[in-house]
Amino acid sequence: MARATSRPRARYSADAAGLGAPRAAAFIAPAMALIAVFLVFPALWVIYLGLTNYRLTGAAAAEPQFVGLDNFVKAVADGGFWNSAWLTVQFVLGSAVIGQVVLGFTIAWLLRDRQGPLKRVVEGLVILAWILPGAVVSFLWIALLDRDGGTLNALLGIPGFPWLLDHPMLSIIIFNTWRGTAFSMMLYGAALGNVPPSHLESARLAGASGWQQLRDVVFPHIRGHILTNLLLISLWTFNDFTPFLLTAGGPDHKSEVLAVHVYNVALRGGELGFGAAVSTIILLINLVVAVFYLRLLRRRS
Amino acid sequence: MTRHIVGRIGFYTLIAVLMAFFTVPLLWLAAAPFTSDPTYEVSLPDFTFTNFQAILEHPYALGSLYNSLLLAVGTAVLVVLLAALAAYALSRVRIPGRDALLYALLLLSSIITGTAAMVPLFQLAVELNLIDSQLGLILILTGGLLPAAIFMLKDFMDSTPKSYEESARVFGASPLQIVGHVVVPLVRPGLATIGVWAIANVWGNFLMPYLLLSDIEKQPGAVIMFTLYTEGGQANLPLLSTFGLLYSVPVVLMYLFVSKKYGFRFHGGIKR
Repeated sequence: MARATSRPRARYSADAAGLGAPRAAAFIAPAMALIAVFLVFPALWVIYLGLTNYRLTGAAAAEPQFVGLDNFVKAVADGGFWNSAWLTVQFVLGSAVIGQVVLGFTIAWLLRDRQGPLKRVVEGLVILAWILPGAVVSFLWIALLDRDGGTLNALLGIPGFPWLLDHPMLSIIIFNTWRGTAFSMMLYGAALGNVPPSHLESARLAGASGWQQLRDVVFPHIRGHILTNLLLISLWTFNDFTPFLLTAGGPDHKSEVLAVHVYNVALRGGELGFGAAVSTIILLINLVVAVFYLRLLRRRS
Repeated sequence: MTRHIVGRIGFYTLIAVLMAFFTVPLLWLAAAPFTSDPTYEVSLPDFTFTNFQAILEHPYALGSLYNSLLLAVGTAVLVVLLAALAAYALSRVRIPGRDALLYALLLLSSIITGTAAMVPLFQLAVELNLIDSQLGLILILTGGLLPAAIFMLKDFMDSTPKSYEESARVFGASPLQIVGHVVVPLVRPGLATIGVWAIANVWGNFLMPYLLLSDIEKQPGAVIMFTLYTEGGQANLPLLSTFGLLYSVPVVLMYLFVSKKYGFRFHGGIKR
C-alpha cells in the first residue's frame, strides 16, 4: 500500500479536536478488532494448522493431531509441491518481470510526451483490462484461446493451436500480462515525468540513439522505481489466485502455481493441514519480499 | 530525415500491435452480447437484445448481481466507517506505538493474502458457523481491506488542515460534533475514493465467496460466472458474454466517475 510519491511527513498537532486518548482508543478499536480476528489470527493460525494432520473429512476433521514438521517434510519430498514451485517461478518471471514491466514501460515510454486522444485511449484500454472482474476476463480469455474457433488462432493464422491444452502456462502468463500491465504503465508514466528533459535533450544533441538515451539517462533515473515495482508486482503475481479461473491448475497440474496448488490440495483434496503448510511457506516468502520492499521504499523517500 | 520517418513508422506499428493486444479481447466482450449467435470470432453485432432477455429469465443471474451489490456495498460501508474513525484518531492523537502500528498494518495488508489465509479462514468460518453467511463474508472482506484503507485515509487526513477543528473547539463544539460537522465534509473525497476502491475490490473478488458460500442463492456474480462456464457441457456463450458485460458495467462506470472527479490517483495496494 505504498504511495508512489513521497510527501514530507505531517507534523502531528496535539489533538486538534480534543479527542483525548480514551476516545481515540475507542475510535481505533473496532477496526483493530476486525483486523485481529480476520487477518492477524488467520495468519498465525495457518502456521499452527500446517503442523497438524487437519483434514476436510474423517477423524482428523474434528480432532486434528499435532504432527510437527511432517507436512513440510512431505512437501519437500513431494513432486507436486516442487512442480508448483517451479511453475510459480515461471509465472512470476514471465508475467510480472518480463511481461508487465517490459510492456508497461514500453507503453509509458512511447506515450511519454504525448497529450490528447491517442494517449487517453491507449491508457484507458490498458486500465480497463486491469479493472474488469477476474471471473469475466478469465471467461473472455478462455473464449479467445479456444483452439478451434478462438479469436486468437484466427487472427494469428494458426488454426487449431492448443493453447490451454498443451500450453497452459504460456496461456496464464499472457493472460496475466494482459491483465496486470496497467499498474506498471501508470507507475512508469509517473516516474518518467521525473526524468529531467534537459538531460535527454543534451544526450540527443550528443547524437545518442534512443536506446543509448534509455540506458544512460532514463534507467539510472528510475532505477528505484523499477526495483520497487518489480518487488510489488512479483508479490501480487505470486499470490494471485486468478489462474485458477482460467485453467484450475490443469490440465494434469501443468499450470498449478502455488496459489492454486494450496486450493486444490486443501479444499479439493481435503488435505487442509498440508495446504496450510504450503500457505505457511508462501506467507514467509511474502514477509521477506514485503520487508525488503518497505525498506527500499523508505530509503527512496 | 529518413531515420525520423522510420522512427515514426516504427512508433505507430508498435502502438498498433500493443493496441490490438489490449483491444481485441475487450471488443469481443463488447460485441458478443449483442450478437444472436456469437462464436469465438469477433464479428459485427446484429444488435439483438435476446441475450439480455435470457439473463432476465435465468434463475440465478439477477440474484447473483444483487448478492454482489449487497456484499460490495456492505463491505464498503463498513470499511469506510471503521477506517475513517481509526484513521482520524491515528492522524490527530499521539498514541504510543503509533508508527509501529502503522508499519505493521502496511506489512499485514501486503502479506496476508487469500492464498496464505484460505485454510484458516475456512476453518474459522466453519467453527463460527459463518459458512453461507453473507454477513460473515462481509466481516472477513472488511478485515482484509481495513489496513490499506486506514493507511490511505490517514495519509489523506494528515494533509487536511487542523485549524478548522481547533476553531470549532474554541467555539465549544464537542469532539463528536467536530468529527461529524467539520472533519467529514473535509475528507469526503477521501472517503468516496476508499468506498469506490472497496466496492471494486469486492466486486472482483472470487476466492473468498467461492470458499465460504456454497449456497448458489447467495453467491455473487463472480462465482456464478465461473460456475456457468466450467460446469460441463457446451458453454452457453451468448448468456455468458452478456452476463460478463453486465457484471463489468458497474466497475467501468465507477472508474470513469473517479477519474473524472478526482483524477485517477492510484495507490500501490489497490488490489488484493
